[in-house]
Amino acid sequence: MTILFRRLLTTILLALALTAPASADEAALRATIAKFATVKGFPATEAIVRELAAAGDPAVEKPLAALADGNLYFRKSDSAVFIGAESGANVKLSDPLTGADAGEEPKASVSKVRVNNGLRRTIRDLLGTLTLGSDDPAVRIAAAETMFRNADPTAIPGLDAAIAKETVTSVKAKLELARASAVLKSDLPEAEKLVAIELIAGRGDREALSLLTAYEASTEGTLKDAASAAVTRMNSSLAVWAAAQNVWFGLSLGSVLLLAAIGLAITFGVMGVINMAHGEMVMLGAYTTFVVQEIIRTSFPDLFDWSLLIALPLAFLVAGGVGLIIERGIIRFLYGRPLETLLATWGVSLILQQTVRTIFGPTNREVGNPSWMSGAFSLGELSITWNRLWILVFSLAVFFLLLFVMKRTSWGLQMRAVTANRRMASSMGIRTPWVDALTFALGSGIAGIAGVALSQVDNVSPNLGQGYIIDSFMVVVFGGVGNLWGTLVGAFSLGVLNKFLEPYAGAVLGKILVLVLIILFIQKRPRGMFALKGRAVEA
Amino acid sequence: MSARLFGSDLRILITISILVSVAIIVPVLNLAVHPDSAFHVPPYLVALVGKYLCYALLALSLDLVWGYCGILSLGHGAFFALGGYAMGMYLMRQIGSRGVYGNPNLPDFMVFLNWKELPWFWYGFDQFWFAALMVMVVPGLLALVFGWFAFRSRVTGVYLSIITQAMTYALLLAFFRNDMGFGGNNGLTDFKEILGFNVQADATRSGLFAASALALALAVFVTWLITTSKYGKILIAVRDAESRTRFLGWRAENVKLFAFTVSAVMAGIAGALYVPQVGIINPGEFDPANSIEVVVWTAVGGRGTIVGPIIGALLVNAGKSWFTGAIPELWLFALGGLFVGVTLFLPRGILGLWDQWRNSGGKAEREASIAEEKGIDPDEPPPALVRAQSGEQSGTWTKPGSGPEPQPAE
Repeated sequence: MTILFRRLLTTILLALALTAPASADEAALRATIAKFATVKGFPATEAIVRELAAAGDPAVEKPLAALADGNLYFRKSDSAVFIGAESGANVKLSDPLTGADAGEEPKASVSKVRVNNGLRRTIRDLLGTLTLGSDDPAVRIAAAETMFRNADPTAIPGLDAAIAKETVTSVKAKLELARASAVLKSDLPEAEKLVAIELIAGRGDREALSLLTAYEASTEGTLKDAASAAVTRMNSSLAVWAAAQNVWFGLSLGSVLLLAAIGLAITFGVMGVINMAHGEMVMLGAYTTFVVQEIIRTSFPDLFDWSLLIALPLAFLVAGGVGLIIERGIIRFLYGRPLETLLATWGVSLILQQTVRTIFGPTNREVGNPSWMSGAFSLGELSITWNRLWILVFSLAVFFLLLFVMKRTSWGLQMRAVTANRRMASSMGIRTPWVDALTFALGSGIAGIAGVALSQVDNVSPNLGQGYIIDSFMVVVFGGVGNLWGTLVGAFSLGVLNKFLEPYAGAVLGKILVLVLIILFIQKRPRGMFALKGRAVEA
Repeated sequence: MSARLFGSDLRILITISILVSVAIIVPVLNLAVHPDSAFHVPPYLVALVGKYLCYALLALSLDLVWGYCGILSLGHGAFFALGGYAMGMYLMRQIGSRGVYGNPNLPDFMVFLNWKELPWFWYGFDQFWFAALMVMVVPGLLALVFGWFAFRSRVTGVYLSIITQAMTYALLLAFFRNDMGFGGNNGLTDFKEILGFNVQADATRSGLFAASALALALAVFVTWLITTSKYGKILIAVRDAESRTRFLGWRAENVKLFAFTVSAVMAGIAGALYVPQVGIINPGEFDPANSIEVVVWTAVGGRGTIVGPIIGALLVNAGKSWFTGAIPELWLFALGGLFVGVTLFLPRGILGLWDQWRNSGGKAEREASIAEEKGIDPDEPPPALVRAQSGEQSGTWTKPGSGPEPQPAE
């Protein structure tokens, strides 16, 4: 709450700095402000605050906000009032109205104007009313929101005036809501309160719900019935939104799973190689992003927003290169022995983890969000963060790119030929060892670019990959091997299923349930949802 | 029977006698010999080697399913941990009113979590016989149910490995929960006594050591009995050619299920012996990484040999103790290198290498004598044909007709 309030104040102050007109009766304001130096007791201070606010001049925001933050000082020698900021043993002073620099004073020679929580609340409410007159619609909306949350019946006349003056529809709607919330607290006739309840119910979000729930508990008769009817209605519509939000969370988790699993689906599907070091390829991609960002931070700070785009090809090359080395150095000697491949790649994963730990240290490394990936926006009652949305888009882009490579390029054709019938493909002149090596490199490279995306939502640590390996295997096994569409459907259905079980069973139990369900599912369809069919399958 | 006592069966006999004599000698050297004597075995060593023996039993149990039946279980740590938890529950009940909160019925963590009465699944664990039964029943039952589902629907190869890993992962998550009633994150610890003996006392430690050694000896004997029986031959047949065995009329899934369940029971016993010696059991034992480490012990020693996994477990764990003490940052490199090196260069483990060396040594001698009789210079390389034949050992792992090329996942 205080943070919100601070933010509001900052907005207000910024707006004022840009638009504050030179006030005619500045002298009168200064005289009132000067009274802070001699005031005794909180009620008297409050009287001065109200007097200042009554002047209706936006210029008083600054001293009032400073007072609320405990930054209003007066000089003991001449009782002049300043806004102060502590710096070491001194206090930096500035003019309360213009903000002009007024030198420094030692702490001992100035004194703080005392303030308590009751006074802060008063100031906050008053500031809300004051900013209703601001020129910036955003500031007016913010003010209306604050007033909605801190309903004050005495503000109704001011709100009525502001509503009459308001020309922007969206701001007007907010002002009317603020008025409605104030009306509920006032002693206006019941009819008007009923209208107010309807108005607030129409807002439909959680704040309105909590306000009405609180109101329902405190009132009786028709009003209580109306309020409880409104609460029920809002609850059911909020439940739909909550379900939608769960779907979104599920899709978001699914996109992460898809990114982590899709490379695995290629290597497992085409080559039958269980690559336990796949998670470490993801980790290498994440660390590549970290290194790219470090270089950008120290050498080219302007490029920071481009860091992820720069990291993508590099991560692909790093992880793909390591994958190629692993395939040529180890895996090709183990073809036909899938269980031993599993063990060897597990050994590789341990070595890679420890290498990264030795180079970068065991602690989490910070990878920043570029500006276009931070923040969130809301869609109805859905809150959607940009980074999750971009990752979803990115995972689908990677998926379709891969699908294109598999279906439309000659390399993809060769890969599919080798999957379907290795010997026949070899007889047709396809160099199967090269297809194997490049396929493994491709799968690893995809894991690397998955790492770039995951660095935005997960901790970049040497253990990053281990968290994904079991989940990605589940996706591949569930979706069916050798079929990219299966991986897509598997990832998203597991993601959504996980997020839907979470509210009922808790995060951990939900995950356990999903694992048990997969184990049971394999009973029914041992080859996954979209199993390959044909003679080559039962090799 | 007497014919069996030669060859590899002699090895089993030697192993069992070594284990039995160690079970007798080490406690004596620890307890009866004066601490200043050169023959005194310090208590820490008893506890350490006792722990290794439990690991060896775990590795042996994995060998039964992996080496003889071709089921690579990546979840054997789960059976080990379940056996450990069953024993831990008994040890918790033995604390009685000596816990921090002094509640005679409830273990400390339950008092801490405000539980009013003992959950039903803790009933009976104050009796040793019941706990001892559960040590075998719980892992066995899990293996039976899990295996029944898995083998019946013919989940094989890497798929089975992955779902066993998922099983232990699910159990890991479950046991981390406080509501499960198994102490959550902290697990079960702070044990006081077992069967009325103080768990910290040297004599109890020695007793547990002897029990571990004897249990291992018994397990070696049982595994030997199973694998050399007619049933063991079917087991190996399933490993080498499952479809063919099925076509010959054997129910491959039942064969596998039996081996899997017996193996899980052995792992459970290993866990039960492990817990009083280390004094704690927590969900970390379910970590999939632990189960994979067990696989490398077995692989290093040589799977499909009964003695190999024991040697592997002892060697790797001794190496781990030394590495993590001396140069901890290199341990994961060493372990990772071990995984890669063993699969690439030692597919049959140390014992397999030893056998190969001895066999080829014997063969060379025979060839030399044959050559001498025929009047050929033995130093000259033998014809390529002989090489090729002698290279083809019985029990190699490659399937007939499948060269070293990838096979798409089934």
